[in-house]
Amino acid sequence: MELLEVQSLSLRFGGIVALADLNIKVREGGLHAVIGPNGAGKTSLFNCLSGVYRPTTGNIFLKDREITGMKPHQISRLGIARTFQNIELFANMTVMDNLLLGRHVHMKTGPFSGALFYGRALTEEVHCRLKVEEIIDFLEIEKVRKKPVGSLPYGIQKRVELGRALAMQPNILLLDEPVAGMNVEETEDMARFILDINEELGVTIIMVEHDMGVVMDIAEIVTVLDFGAKIAEGSPQEIQANNRVIEAYLGQE
Amino acid sequence: MKVLAIRSKTFRESYKEDIRLFQTIWIKVWMGLFIVFLSLLPFLGDPYVVYLVNISSVAAISALGLNILTGFTGQISLGHAAFFAIGAYGTAILASRFSLPFWVSLPAGGIVATVAGLLVGVPCLRLKGLYLAMATMSFGVVIEFLVVTLDGLTKGVRGIAVPPVKLFGYALDSNETLYYLLLSVTALCLITASNIIRTRVGRAFVAIRDRDIAAEVMGVDLVTYKVMAFAISSFYAGIAGGLYAYLMAYIHPEHFSFLLSVQYLAMIIVGGLGSILGSVFGAVFITIVPEFIKSFAEGLSRIFPVLEGRYDDNWNIAAFGLMIVLFLIFEPKGLAGIWGRVKTCFKNWPYTY
Repeated sequence: MELLEVQSLSLRFGGIVALADLNIKVREGGLHAVIGPNGAGKTSLFNCLSGVYRPTTGNIFLKDREITGMKPHQISRLGIARTFQNIELFANMTVMDNLLLGRHVHMKTGPFSGALFYGRALTEEVHCRLKVEEIIDFLEIEKVRKKPVGSLPYGIQKRVELGRALAMQPNILLLDEPVAGMNVEETEDMARFILDINEELGVTIIMVEHDMGVVMDIAEIVTVLDFGAKIAEGSPQEIQANNRVIEAYLGQE
Repeated sequence: MKVLAIRSKTFRESYKEDIRLFQTIWIKVWMGLFIVFLSLLPFLGDPYVVYLVNISSVAAISALGLNILTGFTGQISLGHAAFFAIGAYGTAILASRFSLPFWVSLPAGGIVATVAGLLVGVPCLRLKGLYLAMATMSFGVVIEFLVVTLDGLTKGVRGIAVPPVKLFGYALDSNETLYYLLLSVTALCLITASNIIRTRVGRAFVAIRDRDIAAEVMGVDLVTYKVMAFAISSFYAGIAGGLYAYLMAYIHPEHFSFLLSVQYLAMIIVGGLGSILGSVFGAVFITIVPEFIKSFAEGLSRIFPVLEGRYDDNWNIAAFGLMIVLFLIFEPKGLAGIWGRVKTCFKNWPYTY
């Protein structure tokens, strides 16, 4: 059954067409990759899904519920989490605080109960800490848990950002270039984490990625965008053999 | 041979222990000693020192408020004195005209300021950086004008005389008697602010400061939290204003000029943006330093008679400006940053790292 469905989605900035009449269906529990040349509209699609952009026309459904035009914080409450292409962590906060912030939607403490820091606020802090420690353990970042994020190396920051999204306990995880700029080992680690999240935690993943090795290895279905339009969709094998995809990437003979 | 006592027992057995405000026994001991020192101060020092502590604690509460808005949430405000004024006038009017007791008029003054904060916060939502600074500054100017103009309510330039605080039948009408009250309220404000900052709301504030779009995608409602930051900030300013009214026993529009807003901003920059402790350091520093400069200048004129009578307040303002520039260049983390480094140094002793 479809968890997320995008129906004839278009996004225009003045005369520029970022997304053109896009239709995508994502299976519950699937690992769906979106690829395409630079400027194809991959990140724009993510921005529409997470509510940062409001699509010009078209609809987005999460299960049976329409989420088109909702604000980012409302969408995050419905269980859609994401990471960013350029790391968007809270640089001055510790790894722990970044992950705890990820649990924002699952917490209730307001300014008054927070000011007392007693009773519910305290229990909630400790409970969320426990949840966050599980993620820290899962992503193997125990050693840096109290370090400010800004001081950490790039590869670890990427991992922390994944952790922050995981802390939201999402149904759908949008990963925007999770292995960009990583070396071979870091890429392998990240691919392993993505597979674990998908298989063990049962989180549906939509991933934008330029590293074709990773995409072809772990994705279940690949959607190819070019100039905002879908030019192909199918299993990695089908995509590799698709002439239009080869044309978009390499040009015509 | 003497055995070196190296600090130990920093291990913890539960997450609850790990998120305590005062982590080690030593911090508690030092805090205890500090409290004992403060409570003995009126008996040791001269009355002027007590007065300075009183003024500093009022400034600390107000600076704390500004730090929550500007240091933690990243919303620059140049109108903090306006909220301070609203709190002061709210409390003063309730106490003098309606003769309400202290424990009603002070929180009421805070709440009036909070309402003002909400009113300013909502239209300021879409403004950032310099534009927000301009908008809050204009609000400050409007309040300055209103305080003078709304003669019927504020008694304009004649000022309001505030009756002394009455607690359990005793009138706290001197610096020494108000001292303990002011310190207790300050302590309460500091603890509540630290608690807000280390829980969900505080993390949301810092997230908005660092990356507002990411914060929103993580589920932080920017509208609610920005307005909340304004409200909390102006509540603290209002409480500080109310205490100021009681402390001075008389308030006048001149006490709440635009320069006061700049002074609060100086406090949190010198003390440390985004640091609770920094707000206190900054407030104490900015309050006390002019006194030092004054006595330094007087000392100098005793040695060099040429300088006799050359000192006036403008020298203080100039020294002030110089200090802020020096802090911005050499210690952007402010006094709180220096404090943190000194602490680490002691913690790691005898090692360097």
